[in-house]
Amino acid sequence: MDDLLSEFITETNESIATLDVELVRFERESSDTAILGNIFRLMHTIKGTCGFLGLPRLEAVAHAGENVLGKFRDGELPVTPQAVTLILRCIDHIRVLLAELEAAGREPDGDDHVLIGEINAVADGTQTRMAVTPQESNAGDSAPVFDEAGFPVAAELLAEVAQALGPVSDGFPPLGDTFVEPAPEPEPEPAPQSVAPAKAPEAPREASSEAPAHAVSSIRVNVDVIENLMTLISELVLTRNQLMQLQRSQKGGEFKVPLQRLSHITSDLQDGVTRMRMQPIGNAWAKLPRIVRDLCLDAGKKIDLVQRGEGTELDRQVLELIKDPLTHMIRNSADHGIEDPATRLGAGKPETGTILLEAYHESGHIFIRIADDGRGLNVERIRQKALANGLVTEAELAGLSEKQILQFIFRPGFSTAEKVTSVSGRGVGMDVVRTNIERIGGTIEMTSVAGEGTTFLIKIPLTLAIVSALIVQTAGERFALPQINVVELVRADARSGTRIETIKDAPVLRLRDRLLPLVSLRGLLGLGEAKADSDRFIVVTELGSFKFGIVVDRVFDTEEIVVKPVAPILRGNPYYAGNTILGDGSVIMILDPNGVAAAAGQARTGNDGAASAAAAHAGGDLTSLLLFRAGGTELKAVTLDTVSRIEEIDAGAIEHVGGRPVVQYRQQLMPLVMLGDGQSFKPSGKQPLLVFTENGQSLGIAVDEVVDIARDHVELELAPRGDGLIGSAIIAGKATDLVDIRHYLMRSRDNWFAPESVEAAHG
Amino acid sequence: MTIREDAGDDASHAFVTFMVAGQVLGIPVMKVQDILTPEAIARVPLGPPDVRGLINLRGRIVTVIDVRTRLALTAAAPGKNQGMCVTVENDGELYTLLVDDVGDVVSLPAEAREPVPPTLDSSWTDLAEGVFRMGDELLVALDIAKLLDIRRKN
Repeated sequence: MDDLLSEFITETNESIATLDVELVRFERESSDTAILGNIFRLMHTIKGTCGFLGLPRLEAVAHAGENVLGKFRDGELPVTPQAVTLILRCIDHIRVLLAELEAAGREPDGDDHVLIGEINAVADGTQTRMAVTPQESNAGDSAPVFDEAGFPVAAELLAEVAQALGPVSDGFPPLGDTFVEPAPEPEPEPAPQSVAPAKAPEAPREASSEAPAHAVSSIRVNVDVIENLMTLISELVLTRNQLMQLQRSQKGGEFKVPLQRLSHITSDLQDGVTRMRMQPIGNAWAKLPRIVRDLCLDAGKKIDLVQRGEGTELDRQVLELIKDPLTHMIRNSADHGIEDPATRLGAGKPETGTILLEAYHESGHIFIRIADDGRGLNVERIRQKALANGLVTEAELAGLSEKQILQFIFRPGFSTAEKVTSVSGRGVGMDVVRTNIERIGGTIEMTSVAGEGTTFLIKIPLTLAIVSALIVQTAGERFALPQINVVELVRADARSGTRIETIKDAPVLRLRDRLLPLVSLRGLLGLGEAKADSDRFIVVTELGSFKFGIVVDRVFDTEEIVVKPVAPILRGNPYYAGNTILGDGSVIMILDPNGVAAAAGQARTGNDGAASAAAAHAGGDLTSLLLFRAGGTELKAVTLDTVSRIEEIDAGAIEHVGGRPVVQYRQQLMPLVMLGDGQSFKPSGKQPLLVFTENGQSLGIAVDEVVDIARDHVELELAPRGDGLIGSAIIAGKATDLVDIRHYLMRSRDNWFAPESVEAAHG
Repeated sequence: MTIREDAGDDASHAFVTFMVAGQVLGIPVMKVQDILTPEAIARVPLGPPDVRGLINLRGRIVTVIDVRTRLALTAAAPGKNQGMCVTVENDGELYTLLVDDVGDVVSLPAEAREPVPPTLDSSWTDLAEGVFRMGDELLVALDIAKLLDIRRKN
């Protein structure tokens, strides 16, 4: 394929993408002549170039489209959704032809008279009449074209079309759902005009004046060239870092100044090349308005797609990878999220639904928010679906909060759509989205309120090639942790009041209101025994909404590192995401927070709290459980991550309100609950409590003693045998009752507040 | 490093020789990229036992294979010299073989080649390509691809 042609294909594909967006915008703001001018110009350029390159099929199609656009512009045709759909189909058809042209290197055979006929019918104004009386033929309707006073331009166009078509053979299948009968082919113009399409006599003036400006300000560069440059820059940055470190360790000053300059230039160069790879995120959104529009027409919905921050720039590579997940999520929102107008009005919402698509920079990351004001996720349906698909047992479900149940949508093969529509509901969905986003080191979070809508928040690093990493040390070995997952550093020692509490062997940290499960890097990587008095740092790490701490000996600086894949023979270890060369020339391993989190007993797919209990069943992962005794000698357990705090209060502090025991806790009255009948508060001394918090309300469960923290596979042995228990399981070799905390939370609230609040919260 | 293809023709074989636990071993000279003295080998916790760690070779990360453990030999006495590394490329990845000492490059005639004796330790027969008579010594030629196929062994 010659250069001219391949450049044409690239350019035209870009024009088509713009056309998609602009047309949808135009449909909404049909009075905006600037948009129409732009659309017209793009279509005209395509047509003109096709003629110049000798691509008659493409030219004819573009020509017909331009014809209609011209009439929009001259106010001769009203802008109707049908007409816009037709133009969009015209664009789609150009796209199809382009793809074939690209594959084959020449324009494919066939003809497009069906589509062109339809378009011409609209252009001639016969379409509206046809909609009323479809039988009416428009064969004679080319008459107005020859009306000198009326449409001199159209006459010329029609002649061109007719000539371009040549001998007509109906070889082309109709495109999608036609809404008008295919119009009869136009009468070939008897007197052939000499047509020079490249000359484009009907060109609007702005077309010729605007186009060259673009050509001068930007050039096309092969992506490989930029990628290669990026690799070189990465190496240069590393070399610069090495030199800087050498310089620091030496006294001599003669290298200092030139090295400083080298350093600055390298940084600038890195910035420059990084910026070169940057593209506005709007590029990934370009086709979304079109998708939403088509979907609205299909389903009879009204949706307003609001885009904010489309100028936010991000790495080309990242952009490519998030394109599909974004499209999928917008489709989901439009198809499942937003209700039809009647339902919306019935629910007291505006008829037109809104999907907000927003991108912004924050602290070295890109955030993308997709929010709709639709019906929200149906927790009950997800619950049933999870059961039906065998992802979870009923007993386990009972112990899960609403938020945890929602996380099931990220499981493979999960879809709650009752019927498969043309756009979504095939069950290949959110798990793929999640995998794609995690592959680029990003995270995705979701919140949903029934009746009010669903919001997804995606957080992704700015660039893939160079990432910021925290360098930590354990047992003399250094490791890099991706900064994106690190939320804070905690130094655990007696002076600061924070210390690692080990209940038996499982370390936990009380961090503000939460118990934070900890993973010792030393233990995880088999680096030998810890020294009892070594200073310990805890890197609080976040994956989605799951937080855990990684215990290390020392924390160094953060450093910009280039992630390199590990050698094939080292792959398969879940704890490493790659390796890299630091500024001082040493090689270190990059830890994979996902792998480390899995070791913390956290199932990768259920990213919130005790969803791990369910995951333990499905995937054989470990669940962290807090074992205790309360009334009787048998062991009881709750999942560790549901526990907010373990407190000890003075037995004297227990008061009674309305016959129920309470304690003053953080300026609130916290109800206290006993688990067994035979249980009583300690008459004196310290009373241990497990504190649970949900929706700002705390509940204290009085226990006799906290026994242990165990990590085990939870296999429920018995069906639930009474209120307040999920079931029994063998945990750490002992029969243990699993306590249903939800039951107690609800019961206490039931007693404490108006009963309907329970309904509202758990619906 | 460019090596012309003629090194191995005329029915002769050129080997880079090295010593591990007193045994002379060899790999085809064409496969060798580099010979270096290892510094600062970064450990890979939980890595395969045959992988000693990683080194930085002019900006590339190279996996260090401990030939001693690979050949099921006893670990070197502590305090001995660090040994040498013979760097090879396999499947686009760089590996370096940690050995006791590196010897000369020798060219051996094809007729000096003997089949691998079946009595040889099974962990060796898999990795050896052949045995060459070299004066009063025997050189065991190693098959690089098999030597580096650590996952298969595990």
